Amino acid sequence: MDFDLNEEQRLLKESIDGLLTDAYDFEQRKKYMKEKGGWSKTVWLKLAEQGLLGLPFSEADGGFGGGGVETMIVMEALGKALVLEPYLATVVIGGGFLRHAGTDAQKAAHLPGIIDGSKTLAFAQLEKNSRYDLFDVTTTAKKKGDGWIIDGEKFVVLNGENADTLVVTARTRGERRDQGGIGVFLVPANAKGVGRKGYPTQDGLHAADVTFTGVELGADAAIGNPEDSLALIERVVDEARVALCAEAVGLMDESLKTTVEYIKTRKQFGVAIGSFQSLQHRASDMFVAAEQARSMSMFATMANDFENAKERSNAIAAAKVQIGKSLKFVGQQSIQLHGGIGMTMEAKIGHYFKRLTMIENTFGDTEYHQRRVADAGGLI
Amino acid sequence: MDLAFTKEEQAFREEVRQFFRDNVPPETRRKLVEGRHLSKDEMVTWWRILNKKGWGVSHWPTQYGGTGWTSVQHYIFNEELQSYPAPQPLAFGVSMVGPVIYTFGNEEQKKKYLPRIANVDDWWCQGFSEPGSGSDLASLKTKAERKGDKWIINGQKTWTTLAQHADMIFCLCRTDASAKKQMGISFIVFSMKSKGVTVRPIQTIDGGVEVNEVFFDDVEVPYENLIGEENKGWDYAKFLLGNERTGIARVGVSKERIRRIRDLASKVESAGRPIIQDPAFREKLAACEIELKALELTQLRVVADEGKHGKGKPNPASSVLKIKGSEIQQTTTELLMEVIGPFAAPYDVHGDDGSNEAMDWTAQIAPSYFNNRKVSIYGGSNEIQRNIIAKAVLGL
Repeated sequence: MDFDLNEEQRLLKESIDGLLTDAYDFEQRKKYMKEKGGWSKTVWLKLAEQGLLGLPFSEADGGFGGGGVETMIVMEALGKALVLEPYLATVVIGGGFLRHAGTDAQKAAHLPGIIDGSKTLAFAQLEKNSRYDLFDVTTTAKKKGDGWIIDGEKFVVLNGENADTLVVTARTRGERRDQGGIGVFLVPANAKGVGRKGYPTQDGLHAADVTFTGVELGADAAIGNPEDSLALIERVVDEARVALCAEAVGLMDESLKTTVEYIKTRKQFGVAIGSFQSLQHRASDMFVAAEQARSMSMFATMANDFENAKERSNAIAAAKVQIGKSLKFVGQQSIQLHGGIGMTMEAKIGHYFKRLTMIENTFGDTEYHQRRVADAGGLI
Repeated sequence: MDLAFTKEEQAFREEVRQFFRDNVPPETRRKLVEGRHLSKDEMVTWWRILNKKGWGVSHWPTQYGGTGWTSVQHYIFNEELQSYPAPQPLAFGVSMVGPVIYTFGNEEQKKKYLPRIANVDDWWCQGFSEPGSGSDLASLKTKAERKGDKWIINGQKTWTTLAQHADMIFCLCRTDASAKKQMGISFIVFSMKSKGVTVRPIQTIDGGVEVNEVFFDDVEVPYENLIGEENKGWDYAKFLLGNERTGIARVGVSKERIRRIRDLASKVESAGRPIIQDPAFREKLAACEIELKALELTQLRVVADEGKHGKGKPNPASSVLKIKGSEIQQTTTELLMEVIGPFAAPYDVHGDDGSNEAMDWTAQIAPSYFNNRKVSIYGGSNEIQRNIIAKAVLGL
């Protein structure tokens, strides 16, 4: 049992923290938001230069062979700096599908572009009525000769507007909520029949609703078994959940820090409002919530390597519950303790709150995961 | 970073578990599962079994009978002990006064008291709180006046846990009335059989008698019963209170109770089916389990940190353990209440002697719920813990 980072991990943390301290203060972030696509290509290439975009891929695939802890370090740092760039969509999720199930040819076609920062990906999974169930898929992939034809609609596809390649879940057989018959397909964003309607999201990121109308793909478009890839999807989405937990921990750390600094300096009745016990206790409760979240983020990171998929999913679901509860408390109370200034777009705290809030509703909210843990017979 | 226990640690866990299976008297275990009070004999019998094994004062330095275990081994031992469950060592002797004596006491005191603490030849109780000194402990008034080779002690302590069984008390007494309040306090130990000591039981809302008032009326105590230096008692008290850290979350206790909730909830019916099949109840239980898992991890982080940096200053993170640990313990007793519903009501007059077996499965649930309100009050109330976090961690 050991909660320490090893030497290499410490260096990784220093390097990404250093990069973001220089390149990503709140004012710089505002500028990046106005760039084409809503994030900074320059920062993205810096991440590539430091090897961060190739972090989780094997050395044979041109990466650095990083594991869960390395991704946790990066996501926490990205959270702390409220980073806009599509690391989750491209490296964690898109890259995750390729890592777990990509053929050599698929990896050769996509990984170099991910690693050098020239290409980004997006995960087209959510449907109008699917909510959080990953097996609820109506988009179809029909066999045509050796290849496939994709038809359907996907929503709130993060980075969907900018991505070069879409990773799409689609049904090859069966009914809407069947667990079998779901495949995963690599679709060039500029393929004929792909329609994208982009928009900014509440937290300043960008997403798109995407339509697929008779999109023709080759036989090599399917990642994994096109007839039966739910386990693969769950695996990769679990990794995305773990990454979101770590991002949320970074966001909470910064929210708490910012809030404590604020109540130390804001004066009313002639004294710093942080001298009032009701505010001190609230801040203490925020600390407790953030620490409980950090513990569960670490737990989720380690659970990601559990061999038993049910145990893995259950543990990660539990982590998402704790993170969801903690982030709501820390986020809301950060605004409360800031008072009126917390309500403004000028202060950075509100932007942290908004990102935290969106994380809760990504890949299963607190209620959803709590029910999963309950149905699995608990944790203890 | 690696959460897995090593092979050696896993083997250690198995060894501990097996020892409990073979040695905890079944009746003692049953009473603990049902939340009943144990008799003095039952507790002492078990502690002597533990001491014979060499595990009675596991965290003491080896020269005084400790085991030399790592922080992780202590954690495992505590968790197994709490979740088996078996009675925890008597904190007042083993975790509180023992470490003060081997750290600040003289050789004679170490020789005299430590072996007797380890074997519970003396049952110790704690004379800290007073009617006017709860969270503001340093305002205490009990007075010890030097008269030749004696102390003359006058005053009153309260919330003295299990003083009715006690042979010895360690007591914070004011020895210099002119000094600033923390500065004039001394740490004095003496026999509860001394002339002028009166114990008055306090019945608590669960109906039990765990705590007492203790009155001192011109109690004569040999001067040599002073531990450490005169007027340095507050330092020793702080040392003592900061010592009990890893057990404070009581993760094992809550784990055991979760298993009991699950067990009872699959037997007790509501709406024509076991309550455990009610989705709303199941989710509440799951929520509690998730909180507990997070707490367990937080505790492991504190344990790992201690292992690395040694047990120096109290880790403010232990305030997190106290706050969450007590809240979760209280939630588990609430869930038990919810499970038994209307059967919470009957009052078991003969509860602890087992003479009323017919109602034994529910009899202690309401009392345990009432009793557990204490856990957010004692050991530094949760509000005091929040003050500690605000000051020591957040710098407010």
